[in-house]
Amino acid sequence: MQLYDMPDERGHFGPYGGIFVSETLVEALEELRLMYEKYRHDTEFLAEFAHDLKHFVGRPSPIYHAKRWSDKVGGAQIYLKREDLNHTGAHKVNNTVGQALLAKRMCKPRVIAETGAGQHGVATATIAARLGLECVVYMGSEDIKRQAPNVYRMKLLGATVVPVESGSKTLKDALNEAMRDWVTNIENTFYIIGTVAGPHPYPMMVRDFQAVIGVEAKIQMNEIVGRQPDAVLACVGGGSNAMGIFYPYINEAGVKLIGVEAAGHGIETGKHAAPLTANSAVGVLHGNRTYLMQDEDGQIIETHSVSAGLDYPGVGPEHAWLKDIKRAEYVAITDDDAMAAFHSLCRTEGIIPALESSHALAYAEKLAKTMSPEQIILVNLSGRGDKDMNTVAQLSGITL
Amino acid sequence: MSRIQTTFATLKQSGKKALIPFITAGDPHPDQTVAMLHGLVKAGADLIELGVPFSDPMADGPVIQRASERALVHKVGLRHVLAMVKEFRQQDDKTPIILMGYANPIEAMGIEKFANAAKDAGIDGMLTVDYPPEESIEFNAMLKARVIDPVFLLSPTTDKARVDIIVNQASGFIYYVSLKGVTGSKNLDIIEVADRVASIRSQTNLPIGVGFGVRDSETAKAVASVADAVVVGSRMVQEVEKSNSDNVVANLMALTAELRAAIDA
Repeated sequence: MQLYDMPDERGHFGPYGGIFVSETLVEALEELRLMYEKYRHDTEFLAEFAHDLKHFVGRPSPIYHAKRWSDKVGGAQIYLKREDLNHTGAHKVNNTVGQALLAKRMCKPRVIAETGAGQHGVATATIAARLGLECVVYMGSEDIKRQAPNVYRMKLLGATVVPVESGSKTLKDALNEAMRDWVTNIENTFYIIGTVAGPHPYPMMVRDFQAVIGVEAKIQMNEIVGRQPDAVLACVGGGSNAMGIFYPYINEAGVKLIGVEAAGHGIETGKHAAPLTANSAVGVLHGNRTYLMQDEDGQIIETHSVSAGLDYPGVGPEHAWLKDIKRAEYVAITDDDAMAAFHSLCRTEGIIPALESSHALAYAEKLAKTMSPEQIILVNLSGRGDKDMNTVAQLSGITL
Repeated sequence: MSRIQTTFATLKQSGKKALIPFITAGDPHPDQTVAMLHGLVKAGADLIELGVPFSDPMADGPVIQRASERALVHKVGLRHVLAMVKEFRQQDDKTPIILMGYANPIEAMGIEKFANAAKDAGIDGMLTVDYPPEESIEFNAMLKARVIDPVFLLSPTTDKARVDIIVNQASGFIYYVSLKGVTGSKNLDIIEVADRVASIRSQTNLPIGVGFGVRDSETAKAVASVADAVVVGSRMVQEVEKSNSDNVVANLMALTAELRAAIDA
């Protein structure tokens, strides 16, 4: 197998990715690209990144054999990569630590971010507080309603949370607004994008910072069971936790990679957030070319998922490429199936997963049943479910 | 020669500067767009920039973003915008129309299908905000083959080497964005603009339009003194926003006439 070497110099993953932005942003992206090129292999930078991941984030995150749950499901053994145990409760912080270190080196005193579920916003506010950077987080007003505890966490950490009222008032609109802020305040501002989307170099840079997940997993699986898993599963909204765990496995041909999108009420209803599984048309949004949920006029349509973190009409361009070259497979899980897996893991293992991660868990259940007990599935448990208490209670008809 | 080139050549001969007002197609209502276009011409517009509504107008400020949202209530898409221009052309085959929009609606239609439809409708220029020259080589060639000018933005942060790359792909005119930020931001700094325009002129013979921040007669006049064309976007759209369906054409015409007078003075 030819070694995987993506993206190209201008951020293309085959026909996907690239730099599709207004001229007003080109210079800032070029500055970022050059800085990242300078530091991505810089030993001092990487040492500082590793130090912070260890001492501030609490890495490496363990891999845990969910034995009771595997027995209950029946079939393959399911292992969990515990990103939920990171400081701030999800994988998002890996990337914000990396980008904030870059912001420091670029002498930008102000960082901005977009957030959907609030995890990336919290992770950005956290690292900004630690490094003494001003922090502004853009969040759709719909998401603000859904994720009140995270909004308060960001404020406690000293961030300004700006509600976004335009469009569908969710993650994609928060991204638009953050881009507008960036283009206006380019001189003093670093835009910390939270997922493997956006214009080059973001998809590559976020992947690289998240790849620590997969790098650790390969070592840990070897230690724990003496081999690599048969399949690696991760939920995919924009796709950063999935790219993080997939990337180091891409050249391991024996390991299946499966991305799990949000089927919402069901792909056939149109109310979902699964552009890859639904084979949506390819288009251009947020600076890159990828599969996009859109109508016949090319307007981006509203998505639906019970989990705010998966509620995004596009997907990182590298996932689009991995789908096309068939190196990864993409499937989708409905709200209901994700909720069932959520409850199952809570009761069987004493782990409350994020609703996003519950999509990957739900597919693990389905897949495990088709496999033998000697086989192994590794699920990236990308975040913990504390932030989802209100949503889950509401779905169960309970007011907290 | 394209209509855009002819228009700039004629203006230059008579020592005049071009006025390019911007409106969003379908705002406030698709039935009014063609009448608004004719009104703008009557009141003194030399070229018109017509915005194609998009759900995610990343490079636009709140004013033009709201215009897109108003048009999208009526489901105005690229194919409707082309039909409007085709209707406009039945009575006006002189005034150049430049579409301003985002890449996705064009890609959804298919770039070649769009290029053909744009030629058929009588479109003269295409400013695709999120298509930098590196990502649009094939598209620009298709447009040029149909005598449609690909129009590009230059920003205050565009360096000289990149200006060369862009002016080599552009035709018709160059659109210099007078300030950092989205459309309709703060006031522009005319001395800085004059410097930049002079510098761009040393690299291209294309006419140079200036926009993003022209909000009244005074700035329009100042910009006209240093550039070949004055682009007025958010200010026009604000006028649409505060008008009703009965007076929107008249109000736009009054504003255009005022800007025209200031530029010619």
